[in-house]
Order: sequence, then C-alpha cells, then structure tokens
Amino acid sequence: MSEVLVVVEATREFGVKKVTLEMLTLARGLGTPSAVVLGGPGAAEALSAKLGEYGAAKIYAAESAEIDGYLVAPKATVLAELVGRVQPAAVLLASAQEGKEIAARLAVKLDNGILTDVVGLDADGTATQVVFAGSTIVKSKVTRGLPLVTVRPNSVTPEPAAATPAVEQLTVSVPAADKLARVVNRVAEQKGSRPELTEASVVVSGGRGVGTADNFTLVEELADLLGGAVGASRAAVDSGYYPHQFQVGQTGKTVSPQLYIALGISGAIQHRAGMQTSKTIVAVNKDGEAPIFELADFGVVGDLFKVVPQTAEEIRKRR
Amino acid sequence: MNIVVLVKQVPDSGADRNLRTDDNTVDRGSANNVINEMDEYAIEEALKIKEAHGGEVTILTMGPDQATESIRKALSMGPDKAVHVLDDALAGSCAVTTSTVLSAALGRLNADLVLCGAESTDGRVQVLPHMIAERLGVAALTGARKLTVDGGTLTIERQTEEGYEVVTAEAPAVVSVWDTINEPRYPSFKGIMAAKKKPVQTLPLGDLGVAPAEVGHAGATSVVLEHSKRPPRSSGTKVTDEGAGGTQLVEFLATEKFV
Repeated sequence: MSEVLVVVEATREFGVKKVTLEMLTLARGLGTPSAVVLGGPGAAEALSAKLGEYGAAKIYAAESAEIDGYLVAPKATVLAELVGRVQPAAVLLASAQEGKEIAARLAVKLDNGILTDVVGLDADGTATQVVFAGSTIVKSKVTRGLPLVTVRPNSVTPEPAAATPAVEQLTVSVPAADKLARVVNRVAEQKGSRPELTEASVVVSGGRGVGTADNFTLVEELADLLGGAVGASRAAVDSGYYPHQFQVGQTGKTVSPQLYIALGISGAIQHRAGMQTSKTIVAVNKDGEAPIFELADFGVVGDLFKVVPQTAEEIRKRR
Repeated sequence: MNIVVLVKQVPDSGADRNLRTDDNTVDRGSANNVINEMDEYAIEEALKIKEAHGGEVTILTMGPDQATESIRKALSMGPDKAVHVLDDALAGSCAVTTSTVLSAALGRLNADLVLCGAESTDGRVQVLPHMIAERLGVAALTGARKLTVDGGTLTIERQTEEGYEVVTAEAPAVVSVWDTINEPRYPSFKGIMAAKKKPVQTLPLGDLGVAPAEVGHAGATSVVLEHSKRPPRSSGTKVTDEGAGGTQLVEFLATEKFV
C-alpha cells in the first residue's frame, strides 16, 4: 500500500496533539500512515511511541534549529522534497493556522489542489467538509495532484493500531528564500493545564452574561470539574473578560466537542458558527428567548450565578 | 510605504448562506454581499501606517462586477485608489488559482507591504497569504495581532494556541491580521463622497498575462462534487430555574454520561 504522509502537530508541553492521532486514523483508510515530524533538534524522539501506538509505520524526522527559527516556509520546503521522493497517496495536515499555512505553500510548490477543514476522507480521496458555520455539508475532491487536505480537530475518534515505526532522519537544508520571516521570540500565555480549546472533548464557554473578567473563574471552575477547556464568546472577548485566543465563533476558533456548555451566551450567528457541530449542547441563560436555546439539547433559563455554582456543587457531590 | 490591501467581497456571515445548485459555487446572487469583515482590520492597519509613515494605500480585489460596491466601501474608509481584477473567466476559481491571479496583479503594483485579513468569513481557508508570499518570493508574517513598522523592518505578534510569537521580516512582505489588531474606523460622510471620485482601475486577465484556461472552473485544482444542508439542530429540553436548575443540569449530564 502506498504511504500517506501525516504531518505531526505537537506541543512542547503535551506532546502529540489529538488531531494527529485522528489524522493517523483517517490515513489508514487510504494507505499506510507515515508520520512527519518537522521541528527543532530532538523533536521526534519524545513523540515516536505515541505515533506508533496509532499506526505510524514510519516516522520521517526533519529536525533543525532552522526549522524552528523561521515561520512555516522551511517546513513546506522539507515536506515538498519528501512528497517528491516518496510519492504518497495523500498528505494530511491539521486544520489549524500553521497546518493550513504549510499546506498552502506545499500546494503552490507542487501545483496541487488543497482542501481545508476536512472532517472525513474516503479511500478514493473524496473529502467531507462542513462549511458556512456548520450549515452546509460538502463533498469535494482535489482534481490536480494528490489529495492534500487539512483535517479539523475532533472530526473522528482516534483508534489505536500498534506499529513499530522506523525513524528516518531527513536532511534539512533551508534555502535563503525560506529565511525571510524570522521567529525572534515565543511567549507562552496559556495558563494552567486545561486541554487545548479545539481538541477538548468538553468546552465550557462564557459570554457577555458572565459580566466581568473576575467572574470567569466560575466558567473555569466548571470546565475544570469536567476536564474541559474554557471558551468565550466574541462579546466576552471584546469586553475584555477573556483573552482572544479562547474566542469561539466566526472570527475565532471552531470547536466540535462532545459537550459544549454555553453560559450567558445569547447564541448570535457569529458564535453559533464556531460551535454548532458540537455533539451535545447545554445552555444557561437568563433570557428564555435567547437563540442559543434553539440549538441546546438541554437549556436552563435562569441566573447563571445561581445555576452554575449549584451545578458545580452537584458534580462534586456525585464524585 | 506603498501598501496594497487585499479585499474580498463575501456573502454576509450574519445571514443564511448557500452554495449554488448548478455549479456548486458560493451563491452571491441571493446573498447580501459585504466586505469580508477581517479585511476591514487590514484596511485600518494600512491607513494607520500611512498616517504614521506616509505612502499610498491601494485596494486590490478580485471578484465579479458587484464587488465594485465593496471596493467603494473600502475606499470610503480612506485608501487612495483601487484595482479590480475583473474577468468572466475567473468564476469558480479555487484558492490556488486565485493566488496566481492576485500574485500577477501584485507583481504590477510594486507594494512594500501587502496587508490582508487572516481569513475570509466564507471559505475560512486561510491559505492565500502564504500562497502569495510563496509565489512572489517575499516574507509572510501571518496571524498578526500587532504590527510594528520601523523603517523597512516589519515585526508582528503572531497569535498561536500557546500564546504568541514575535516574527520579523524586511519589506516587501505579506502581513495577515486578526480582528484583535485594531478597531476599524467608520467611513465619514466626507469619506463616502470622496470614495466616489477615487480611481478604480479594472484589470482583465489579459493584462496580467494569465490565460483563461488557468483560472475559474477550467483551471480549478479541486471540485465540489455535491453539497447539502445540514439538518438544523432541534432544541431539546428547556427548564426554568426555580431553585433546582443546576441539579437538573447535572442530571441531564449524568444521563449523557458526562458526569
């Protein structure tokens, strides 16, 4: 079977991201998955066990300070060379900022089509995408070149399939043209050990109804009790209650967790765009006419400052 | 600084949006077509740089006739002029071919800085800035929440999952921005009147050295095979809190095995 290249998403702190395991699972439907690690020196070693657990038969490791030191372009160059050499059946990347950007450059280098925000992939390369704020389902296909797709987190359930990957080190030589955008600093802002927003199976979000930045501790408390991530509506972010990287909606993140809890969020189309493909939706809002209730599997019309503490208390009691 | 801002006209994301049933492209006919919201932040950033450092701001749009409305709206915020790439052959262009056309147009405009929104609200594909940078061989500084210009040096704070990265490059460069970067100005009455007289140059494909077969449906590198409306979510149980709302909520979570 032909190889399917899966470009690994990982973080320094948490290792292989779940979307990578989803991509390895999807890749097995098209061929034999090979994981591609593009990172700094030693990046692959910490990740190889997990990648093997989910079926990576091979790991291509491109490790160089130059890959880490410049924005995206060197990764695309390494990947293009690899694609040219192994002629894979498909290339999968994560549908997040960087994955899309690497894919963008790869598409130009190879003169190849590209599909983003893919949630399903058939053996013949037909992709399923959900567009227009989750309202429309599209079946599409790359018609020039190989299937080059970016996969949206939380699209499929990762399935283990043990393999013992052979690691192949790639030679990295970064041309001057890829050294135009230099990364001079990386600053961590995310606090605590909560799961990443787009990957979390539970997301608890707060909106304008939360009222103040301090009150967001209530949202955080419930998220922590459920092992979830914290999100915020645009209204809450614009009001300065919570940082922008946690914004869920049309101009923020798209999330698709098993459980989404909306606290004090009215459910404007801007917000729904980012969360309405969630499996189960729960809403608490004092306005019984709020549009969020049209989507909610369970809704409580009431004061979130009474309902949420009681919810937290009840969850603790049941433990 | 010679700044070009990429502006796309999109169907209003606040209303119902559809794909056409004949050629599976975005239905612009039935939609309320507006400037892609994220592009307004790019325009604002361009105007701020011009105000601080001097130069000229040009709007570049590829789109059908009706995109003229969005071009005038963009000009009413304050840019100096616009270029409209307009050709019937462009209908149905994919992201890859769109980047070919925009790069060809940019090749004639001699920009020090190309600004654009990080993504459009219709496709949300987020690939154009890097595709254009790759084609033009210039730097791409993408996902900016802050942009600093110091002579010919551009530095951004790039929003990431973990925090942010500080990334720097020398002009010429493509910079894409998120909506956290500034607060776009509203067009003034004077601005709206002035926009009517600002030059808008129309460029057909022939002027760009791009063949019709390379773009549109003919040149598209991907195809939509079929599409359907996702069934709307139906609302479930709604209770009014009369003192036990939180408990009821947890009971629901328990039946769904979340607690």
